[in-house]
Amino acid sequence: MLDKNGIAQRIAKEVKNGYYVNLGIGIPTLVANFVRDDIEVEFQSENGILGMGPFPFEGEEDADLINAGKQTITALPGASFFDSSMSFSMIRGQHVDLTILGAMEVAQNGDIANWKIPGKMVKGMGGAMDLVASAENIIVAMMHTNKKGESKLLKQCSLPLTGVGCVTKIVTNLAVLEIKDNAFYLVERAPGVSVEDIKQATEGTLIIDGEVPEMQL
Amino acid sequence: MINKKVANVSEALQGIQDNMTLMLGGFGLCGIPENAISELVKLNIKGLTCISNNAGVDDFGLGLLLQKRQIKKMISSYVGENDEFERQMLSGELDVELVPQGTLAERCKAAQSGFPAFYTPAGYGTEVAEGKETRAFNGKMYVLEEAFKADFAFVKAWKGDEAGNLIFKGTARNFNPSMCGAATITVAEVEELVPAGTLDPNQIHIPGIFVQRIFQGADYEKRIEQRTVRQKA
Repeated sequence: MLDKNGIAQRIAKEVKNGYYVNLGIGIPTLVANFVRDDIEVEFQSENGILGMGPFPFEGEEDADLINAGKQTITALPGASFFDSSMSFSMIRGQHVDLTILGAMEVAQNGDIANWKIPGKMVKGMGGAMDLVASAENIIVAMMHTNKKGESKLLKQCSLPLTGVGCVTKIVTNLAVLEIKDNAFYLVERAPGVSVEDIKQATEGTLIIDGEVPEMQL
Repeated sequence: MINKKVANVSEALQGIQDNMTLMLGGFGLCGIPENAISELVKLNIKGLTCISNNAGVDDFGLGLLLQKRQIKKMISSYVGENDEFERQMLSGELDVELVPQGTLAERCKAAQSGFPAFYTPAGYGTEVAEGKETRAFNGKMYVLEEAFKADFAFVKAWKGDEAGNLIFKGTARNFNPSMCGAATITVAEVEELVPAGTLDPNQIHIPGIFVQRIFQGADYEKRIEQRTVRQKA
């Protein structure tokens, strides 16, 4: 089974040379730590920077330089700043190559819910609705089950939707899965996790086609 | 040169009244019009509808207006950092309209640019699209979203000149440029106000035509919401 860093490490393998990548808050943010050094990648943060770098050294924080999680960051050589409208032109106009974000629920038809729990948590969708409605290449990073142990990979989402039919790939602490033909296809198992474990933790239709390899990290 | 300079924040807010709709720039606490917000608190203007990506934190930014119950309605994309906001929303004291972030920016930009509405894919098939016109273009579904209408836009820039030209710094730019000229009156506050002719015209982000009043803020706290650092190896 993977921890959050393990999920990020597996997703980092999906990041290709020349990609512009938008990372969501939480596990997706960790992906930047695992991207290979020998490829060129630029990270976009939707509050208005392309070419985002690591956190600043102590004493070098700049209140005018933050990411979408409101954390202080740095700008790498070749970085640019822009306004919110242009930032979402990059996203809506499909200029960003890969979007990685978290989710509370994903359904086998590709629906995603990650912004609201009625009566409990209403923080807002931020940029998530724009991202999932526009991006062609979306990877969801999440734990396979919630804190109560219930599956987050469902036949149908129970929470208010963020987007419809938009997710094609999911990396969890247990598995890598792809969505097609209204089902979850099991692609890889996390180290030490059996197909049976994944079946138990998946409420939606799970397709197992032949031998399922263990992830290489 | 058409001079947009006003003496101070008090002059900049002339004409502000209860129940108006305001746009306020900023992302979190980054690039917010601190001086205009302080003045709104001081004047105790009530019943405001505020269009702003976030609602500040409990004791800074728009949180200061929420503490004094000056806001009737918030139009935002993300409001997760404010306990008083959550309390007022769940008790029904505060009306909240949540808008996808890109749609929020574009509804400002549409008002600035003279477009009454636009189609976006964001929110299609979700509760955000309920009651709105939808339409297919090239096989993909889109939602019709309308331009905002506001009485005042309060924006914050790094530098400005007396002609109202603005230059922003870092990610403090965010929603500020799209709000310029998107309301009846745009008030820009800057950290440094210089005479016309001082700024390089090649470097201007927002031309003065979109700004009615400009002043140099008396003070900027520029509070950091999430201070994250790494250690030197």
